[in-house]
Amino acid sequence: MYQYTEEQIVSMKKVEATRASRLGAELRRMTAEEKDAVLASFHPDYIASAYEELKVGPNKGGRVLHELAALLQGRPRVSGQKVDLTHPDYDVDVLVIGGGGAGASAAIEADNCGANVMIVTKLRLGDANTAMAEGGIQAADKENDSPAIHYLDALGGGHFKNKPELLYKLVTEAPEAIQWLNNLGVMFDKAPDGTMITTHGGGTSRKRMHACRDYSGSEIMRVLRDEVLNRGITVVDFTSAIELIKDKEGKAAGAVLQNMETGEILVARAKTVILATGGAGRLHYQGFPTSNHYGATADGLVLAYRAGAKLLYPETLQYHPTGAAAPTQIYGALVTEKVRSLGAQLVNREGVAFVNPLETRDVTASAIIRECKQNGGGVRTTDGEGVWLDTPLIEMINGEGTIEKRIPAMLRMFGKYGIDIRKEPILVYPTLHYQNGGIDISANGMSGVENLYVAGEAVGGIHGTNRLMGNSLLDIIVFGRNAGRQAGEKSKSVQLKTLTLDFVKAFETELKEAGIRPEMPSPRLLPDYRRKDN
Amino acid sequence: MEKTVNVYLFGKRYQVPESLTIMKAMEYAGYQLVRGCGCRNGFCGACATIYRIRGQQELKTCLACQTQVEEGMYVATLPFFPLVKQVYDIEKIKPTQQIMMQLYPEIYSCIGCNACTKSCTQGLNVMQYIAYAQRGEYEKCAEESFDCVMCGVCSARCPAGISHPQVAELARRLTGKYIAPRSEHLEKRVEEIREGKFEALLESLMGKPLAELQELYNHREIEK
Repeated sequence: MYQYTEEQIVSMKKVEATRASRLGAELRRMTAEEKDAVLASFHPDYIASAYEELKVGPNKGGRVLHELAALLQGRPRVSGQKVDLTHPDYDVDVLVIGGGGAGASAAIEADNCGANVMIVTKLRLGDANTAMAEGGIQAADKENDSPAIHYLDALGGGHFKNKPELLYKLVTEAPEAIQWLNNLGVMFDKAPDGTMITTHGGGTSRKRMHACRDYSGSEIMRVLRDEVLNRGITVVDFTSAIELIKDKEGKAAGAVLQNMETGEILVARAKTVILATGGAGRLHYQGFPTSNHYGATADGLVLAYRAGAKLLYPETLQYHPTGAAAPTQIYGALVTEKVRSLGAQLVNREGVAFVNPLETRDVTASAIIRECKQNGGGVRTTDGEGVWLDTPLIEMINGEGTIEKRIPAMLRMFGKYGIDIRKEPILVYPTLHYQNGGIDISANGMSGVENLYVAGEAVGGIHGTNRLMGNSLLDIIVFGRNAGRQAGEKSKSVQLKTLTLDFVKAFETELKEAGIRPEMPSPRLLPDYRRKDN
Repeated sequence: MEKTVNVYLFGKRYQVPESLTIMKAMEYAGYQLVRGCGCRNGFCGACATIYRIRGQQELKTCLACQTQVEEGMYVATLPFFPLVKQVYDIEKIKPTQQIMMQLYPEIYSCIGCNACTKSCTQGLNVMQYIAYAQRGEYEKCAEESFDCVMCGVCSARCPAGISHPQVAELARRLTGKYIAPRSEHLEKRVEEIREGKFEALLESLMGKPLAELQELYNHREIEK
């Protein structure tokens, strides 16, 4: 059971004391200038010392975080391995790397094209950030909403850096994505007449967040996994992709795989390849805790980069405003934005609500960091500090029973430590949540390397430099399906030439010429949390 | 120095800080996990675990990432359990009572021991949702099972060999697709997009210079 500190108890009393007066209070939204100011001073993306310049590769001269640079310019795991490309262990039309929502959606659509599809995943099918997405999925399907309004919300939230053709695709195909999921059997929250129950997310101007309680991603992932299995699509689990393979014309033609348990090296030949490897939270950029799943180590970015694909906005990360700051057992775990959509406010140690809780994520996270680092408004915790997320407001606004019905996962997560979020506020602090940037693609889903498609969090450009809540579950479906269809169709006309890994040798030569002696095995595959002091 | 407790990982004793979860205790002890570790946040069900506290009779179950260590805890992880997953075509099946009889007839062998419910790592009433499935009440089965993370502990404890999470998955998909009311506003919007209703609006928006877009964004009306 969680034991509050004396300081926390005193502060919590202040939160309780001001609660009634805060009920119904509309917190002012920041002006564009105020947002720019708080971002520049407090958002982790603006800390120059956390970055370095890339010396080789398609983004040479560009900046990325040190942790990513070490992998992009790391020592390829195939280096020094004997890899026989002449006798592939697997020979398929479409190889999908990654078993999350994007990979599963891609596999289903490629299967619809009649292609022979194989999914390879380093953990289990469904062990992915998709399953952890709690709050919901956006789509402009209500009378007062339109894809154009959705477009403007996402564009402004992304600081106008979104690639227009990708964002256009995202918003115009969103309603159909919801319909596709619904037809597969996903149970969305609906009113008795079938109307989708939708709420706001940070930065939305219409209530377009569809949800499945606060197990939205989990429900979507369960259904997609079930569908993949029903179709008999080959799934090779506990096997990572450690390098892409090209043919001698420079087109993507498969991947070198490694069994995560036995270390065995395997070769998969494929006419087209889809990278759906997800994000990078487990690289713990700038020492942040993360809300991401165990395998989120930017593998896809590394593989694509060595193969010659350009990255877009790899320097921009999303720090979710509300990671759990206490208890220590769940430090960094996601507290869904839906908690704020339902009315919970962000409150400092004196009981003052200091920011509109539904500003965009980057602004809200920066405001929390400012409150703690500059204004002395934080409450100390075992792992650092945090501010209060005043959850009891939710049932004062929406009625008793709302929390159990709409955010049961949150009730359960804190309940395990004796904290009843219906009665007590919780301590939160930003947590590393999402990779805004990634591999640059065109609207057909293809990267700069021919026949190499990308979908999901590994893509860069859809969300500009800051993603809105609910646009990620959406993009894995829209761009996952798109990549699956495109790669499936394309595979019908591909004539593979001799396979090669020569591009890896060339990359290593480049590293050498740049004076880099790579040490870090790359890709990372998994973090290492073993105790280091023994 | 933080207080430590003795935990027995697969029978071997390790001394670990008492604040750790079972999963972090394994890593503290030196395990580099590959299996039995997924989301680390209680959503994926990869880290099903069985434990007994020394001196106590009861066999307990949990998710390793969501459970704090205790003194004298004997731990065995269950990274995989052979659930039965029947294959079907969601477009062809219907939400009739027969479908459950055809695909998962073993649910009718339930002896009512309630071991599934007692073992559920999510605290769900598993036996109740199986009873709903037996009666073809799929919507109730779906509601009752909704928070399931499919860790498989219930099935590991079941004397009748039922794969509860898969039964519930079928019930939920039937509910989502066939039983839940249709969303007319969604169907209408998909149709409107197909007809190109918003294309001109979007194109004009995409053609605007940055300053104008910023102006539009900063002054857009926000639904209350």
